[in-house]
Amino acid sequence: MIAVQWTALALTALAGTVVVLIREPRRQTVASGVFGLVLGLLFFAFQAPDVALSEIVVGSVALPAMVLLALAKIERSE
Amino acid sequence: MTRRVRLALFLASAVGLAVVLGFALAGLPGFDADLGRYASFVASHAVSQRRGTNSVVDVAFDYRAIDTLAEELMIFVAAVGAAVLLAHARDESDEGQAADLEALRAPSTSDLLRTFGPGLAAVAIVLGVYIVTHGHLSPGGGFQGGVILSTALVLVFVAGRTLAAARTRPLAPLEVAEAVGAAGFALIGLGGLVFASVFFENFLPLGTKGSLLSAGTIPLSNVAVGIEVAGAFALVFAELVDQMVLGRGGDT
Repeated sequence: MIAVQWTALALTALAGTVVVLIREPRRQTVASGVFGLVLGLLFFAFQAPDVALSEIVVGSVALPAMVLLALAKIERSE
Repeated sequence: MTRRVRLALFLASAVGLAVVLGFALAGLPGFDADLGRYASFVASHAVSQRRGTNSVVDVAFDYRAIDTLAEELMIFVAAVGAAVLLAHARDESDEGQAADLEALRAPSTSDLLRTFGPGLAAVAIVLGVYIVTHGHLSPGGGFQGGVILSTALVLVFVAGRTLAAARTRPLAPLEVAEAVGAAGFALIGLGGLVFASVFFENFLPLGTKGSLLSAGTIPLSNVAVGIEVAGAFALVFAELVDQMVLGRGGDT
């Protein structure tokens, strides 16, 4: 494995831990978006650009957006 | 269940999982192991057989297109299910309510978002169309491009005044796009059955390797899946925005 791949793995572990450690849901959602981006970089470093493209869009845009909308709905109904 | 029973149950299952998972992980091939037989065959033959230079897409939309059909129908059903559940409480009188709410919420986005959002949406559309149509040539394909296309809608929602976008939300066209894309991909499979007697056989001329119109049915499948995925993601997102902005279904 080369340095880029080690860096990507380390960044993924770091970002994942940060997501778990943040307890406030809205901040956590934004952090999970960053995690999706880092995961995309990981896939790219491991020569899977096709998967990286999906992961960047789904992980850093689609998923956080849907979680935020769900959070807004929960707050409204409370 | 008491706390002790739950703890015992958890410990038993955790040990079981650790044993099974450890057994499975120990049997994985090493990081630099040789390719399997299927992978070696595809890596050396896909491009010359199908003339699509992205062998990942050659596999996903030709050799194993039937798997992709199942995955695509999964997204289709998931989006339809979400739409049906969320649209349950819809009501025509909400249009008037929407106008009132719009006045209340008008200044909710910053100038920066309003200025750059539409521009970024245009970029997302161009990039999405490129990724879909060049799926057989470079990394990408119908799913990736479709998701990028649906983010254009997300950008419009985020950038514009949320409610203005919500009132013109294109739910009906999105449903049509989703259905047409899913049906189109299945029809391409049936085309293989009709013209080459095998479901999802590549029945169109393969063309020259590397040109935009090559690889037979693969670009067509990419376009169909791209439309379907863009429609499905955008539909779920639009329904959720609908719920949030108008507060519909909150009391049901």
